[in-house]
This record gives sequence, structure tokens and C-alpha cells, in this order.
Amino acid sequence: MKPLLEVEDLVVDIPVAGGDLHAVRGIDLSVEKGETLCIVGESGCGKSLTSLAIMDLLPTKARRHAARIAFDGIEIQSLRPRQMADMRGDRMAMIFQEPMTSLNPSYTIGNQLIETYLAHRRTSTKEARDRAIDLLERVGITAAASRLAHYPHQLSGGLRQRVMIAMSLMCEPELIIADEPTTALDVTIQAQILLLLAELQRELGMAMILITHDLGVVARVADKVAVMYAGEIVEAGRATDVFASPSHPYTTGLLECIPVPGKTAPGARLGTIGGIVPSLVGDVAGCAFRDRCRFAAPTCAEPAPAQTASVGHSYRCWFPEGARMPSTVEGLVHGH
Amino acid sequence: MLYYSVKRFGLALLVAVVVSFLSFQLLFLASDPAIALAGEAATEEDIIAIREFYGFDRPVLVQYIDWLGRFIRGDFGYSYYFNLPVSELILGRLGVTFQLGLVAVLLAIVVAVPLGVAAAIRPNTIIDRTALVISVLGQAMPSFWFALVLIVVFSVNLRWLPASGADSWQHFILPTIVIAYFAMPAIMRLTRGGMIEVLSADYIRTAKAKGLRPFKVLFKHALRNAIIPVVSLAAVQFGFMLSGSIVVETIFAIDGAGQLAWESINRNDLATVQALILLFAMIYVMINFLADLLNAWLDPRVRVA
Repeated sequence: MKPLLEVEDLVVDIPVAGGDLHAVRGIDLSVEKGETLCIVGESGCGKSLTSLAIMDLLPTKARRHAARIAFDGIEIQSLRPRQMADMRGDRMAMIFQEPMTSLNPSYTIGNQLIETYLAHRRTSTKEARDRAIDLLERVGITAAASRLAHYPHQLSGGLRQRVMIAMSLMCEPELIIADEPTTALDVTIQAQILLLLAELQRELGMAMILITHDLGVVARVADKVAVMYAGEIVEAGRATDVFASPSHPYTTGLLECIPVPGKTAPGARLGTIGGIVPSLVGDVAGCAFRDRCRFAAPTCAEPAPAQTASVGHSYRCWFPEGARMPSTVEGLVHGH
Repeated sequence: MLYYSVKRFGLALLVAVVVSFLSFQLLFLASDPAIALAGEAATEEDIIAIREFYGFDRPVLVQYIDWLGRFIRGDFGYSYYFNLPVSELILGRLGVTFQLGLVAVLLAIVVAVPLGVAAAIRPNTIIDRTALVISVLGQAMPSFWFALVLIVVFSVNLRWLPASGADSWQHFILPTIVIAYFAMPAIMRLTRGGMIEVLSADYIRTAKAKGLRPFKVLFKHALRNAIIPVVSLAAVQFGFMLSGSIVVETIFAIDGAGQLAWESINRNDLATVQALILLFAMIYVMINFLADLLNAWLDPRVRVA
């Protein structure tokens, strides 16, 4: 089966003082219909820019090029802005990190939901309104009809994010990209929103790219995982494979940072990854992780080769057996 | 919205009362009106007689309330210089100035807002630079000089438009352009700044992510939020124009309220000056009240405040 989304060798450069910031450095992605891909990585690793590049929503000064960005077989880099706008919100939708500022303060949520539908469907306002009410109910908002007249500032953060989700679903997209949809919310609301997303995704058969730095979330919802570091995908594979046998030292490091109930001893120190992310301004040579890696060797100054751990599970490192951490990982997989 | 409107109206009323009392008081502080009225040759008895005749010897508060009561009934007093009731004197002239100011502000908005939007969409390009040059010129050129240049070009050389008077709509074209060009730069810069800020807002990205066409993103989602401070500015400028168009009215020999104010101040025409100050202040307060309402309509978050 042909994947719904295929990205090959995606590069995003941002001109800054002192040269180009190589924010995304040649990544490959593919998402099948109905599948969930989680992109994991720390702040500034390029995961948000990757999603914006796919949606063609990058800031104007950022430059994007890729060997291929194909959505359902359509090369979106060759689309005219108008055609791309028709695609956005209809076949591919996006949910953003900040529900507090992602809705326009001057219009009612009803207005903002309805305009999404009317932008892509030849239909009456009445029908769009019914659809909006239907979706608000679906995302768990009570008294949906009366909420349409509310302004964003009258809703809590959790409710606003539910509205954003409803908005992204208005046209039943085939792909939904959620960029850290719960980061700005209270911890108690985070789980609710994620479960809601996962549920809706299953129900509607959408593919989803979920961007997060929460590995607990990944373990629960992901079919596939891509771990990003400094603008590169350092490890990718089926979620079960990546969690069972993390093969890149960065992935193992990340997994050591999470406490696992029943596995991590009370009072035990959690792992940390020492050092800081390298600057991506100017040329980046060799493995970007080597300054923070426990297993770094002189060869790491050369670009790391792609290695295969198992079928569909690959990583970029000079040393295949360098790092295996099965102990903490089992707990997470059990929780899946 | 109703609560907000009532509250704003109450505040406007309060400001109006305070301003009216101050304007009433100010003229008494400036000089003794009885002495001014009596003229240079008057004796001490004459002055006392005048003082009693016009009631200047009563307590200030009584005089104020009396004056305000007459003012509300439309009796603005009598101008001894023009020998006319002030109400008759002012009404027509205020209309001329009001019209001139309104058309000029509207013209300024119509030109400045699209220009500001265009500059904001393409910052630091030739469009932006051109808009900047136009606005800096408008800000830097003195109105009287610009007015004279227009007269030389369009009235004297090309003979397209009349140079002075207020007899037809053609007479108003040049003065309107002069006033509008003076008001335009601030509106343009504020629109540009607001648009640049709003265009980088998260909700603009959301609007694009929904697949809305650029036109709709720009004018429905961005401009409405960027225009809010511009409304307040335009209101202030309009108020300023009513009292500040003296220079332009003088150059184009338009019998407006600005020119009348200038003349009555020079002649110590107390009643006229008072009436003008109060009317200007009332109009100013009213315009700001309307701008507040317009802003509340534009920005739902204001309505609760």
C-alpha cells in the first residue's frame, strides 16, 4: 500500500545573523493511512518546523526544500499556493501547541468553526452550523449549540483545545498533525485531550502525526516513532521495536529520564543527558550527538551511517552495540 | 455590551461636566470680564455697574449653573464683537469645520489603512519604503507650506481648483487634502505596526492552517485586530482637527469654527470663546465615546472591562 504521506530528504534552513540555521537536516518520514506517527525530541530539535514544512506554513524567511513531499501521491511542493490552501483544513489539518492564542479573539468560536467548513464545502451556513455543533459534542463539549456564541476568552484552555480539535476535524481530514497539543494545558487535562485525540483518530480512521516530548504518551498511542535530535531523525521504527530495543544512545538516554512505576526504585536517581544541544548555525559535521554521548569516539566526527536494528527499525550511529537499555523500557511497553 | 455602553456614557458625561466647568473658569482667570467689557475709558462706577448688570458679582458656582442651563437650552450668549447671538454665529461655521474634518479624516483612513496593510505584508520592500517616505513627508511638511504649494500648482498654474472661499464643494478639495495628509502618517504607521504584530500571531497561522484564502486571512482575521488602536487614534485626530484647522481655514479663507475661534480670542469676545471651547470639548468627548463603542464592537474582550 502506498503511504498517505511521504517525506524524503526534507531540509529547512533559517537565515540568521552569522549564516544559516540548519533547523531540519534531511529527514525522511512516511505515514500510512490511519496510522499514528510520533515525533519525539527536545525543544528546538526541529520537530515543529518539520510539521509546518509539511503544511507549507513555515515562517516567510524559512527556506524549505525536499526531494519529495507527497500527500496521497500529490507532490505538494509543486502545488500553487491556492491549491495548497484548498488542501489545508480539508485533507490535512493541524492542531497547535497554544490553545490560548490559536483562536482569533475577535470572533465567536461558532464563526471560526463554520468558516472552516464553508472554505472547503459548497454548503449552507445552516449545515455548517449543524456540523459544528455535532463536532463540539463529539469532542466532549456540553451545551454545544450555546457555546457557538462564545468568544475564545470565555473558555478555559482545555475547552479551547477541544474547540481547536473540533475545528481541525470539520472537513474530516485524512491526516491530522498535532504539535504538542497538550503542552500548554494542566496535567489533569493533558491525558483527557490525548485520549480524546486517539479515540477520534481510531473512529474516523485518520492518520496522525503527534509531536511531543512526552515518551509516556508515545508509548500509549504511537504505531511508529521517529526520534529527532538536532534537526535529524536519529532513530525510527515501530513503537514496540523502538521501546523494546532502543538503538541510538540518545533514545536510550531519553528513556532513562522517565520514571516507570514498579520498575524505578523509590529514591533512585533518574537518568539525565548531560550537555546541551549543539548550535546548528553554519556547517554541522559528523554526529550531532557526539558531544553528549557516553560512547563517543574519534570516528563520530564523520557523518554517522544509517544502521538497521530490525525490519523497519533504523538508527544513525557508528556503533551498533553501543547502547541497549532493556530494563526501563519494559514497563513502558507493558503500559501500552 | 449594554453595561459597558452605560458605563462609558457615564464616564463621558463626567468628563464633559468637568471640562465645561474648567472652560467656564478659565476665562475668569484670564482677565476680569467686566473690565474687558467696559473698555479703556470706563470709570470705576461703570465697571461695578457692568459687573452687577451681567451678574459677575455672584458666586462662581451660581454663575456656572446659570451659564450651563442657558447653554443646554441653546442660548450661548451674545457676541458683542460680532453683534450677533453666539448660537447663530457658531452653528453655520461649526458645520463647515465639522464637514471639513470628517471628510479629511475619512480620506486619511481610506488612504492610510490600505497603505499600512500593504506595507505590513511586505515589510522592508519598495512598497514599505515608499509608504514610509510618503508618511514622513506628511509628518514633516508644515500644513501652511503644503497648502501654499497646492494653491500654486492647482489654482494658480493649472487653474483647476479655486484657491479660497467656501462656496462650492470644489473649494473644499484642497483644504481637505491638506488636513488629510497631515492626519495620514500616524494612521498609516499605526496600521502597519499593528498588522505586522497581528500577522505573526498564532491565530493567523490557524487561519492559514484552516485553508482560508489570503484575502480572508488578511482582512477578516488580521485587520480587525490590528485596526483597534487605529480607531482610537482617528477619533483623537478628528477632535484635534476641529480645533486645530485654524491655519488651513485661514489660508483658504474658509469661514470655519477654527477661524472664528482665532478671531474671538484676539478680540476678547468672551461669550464666543466660551461657547466654542465647550462645543469643541463636547464633540471631542462624544467622538471618543463613539470610538469606545466601536472598539467594544471590534474587540469582545473590551466589553467586560
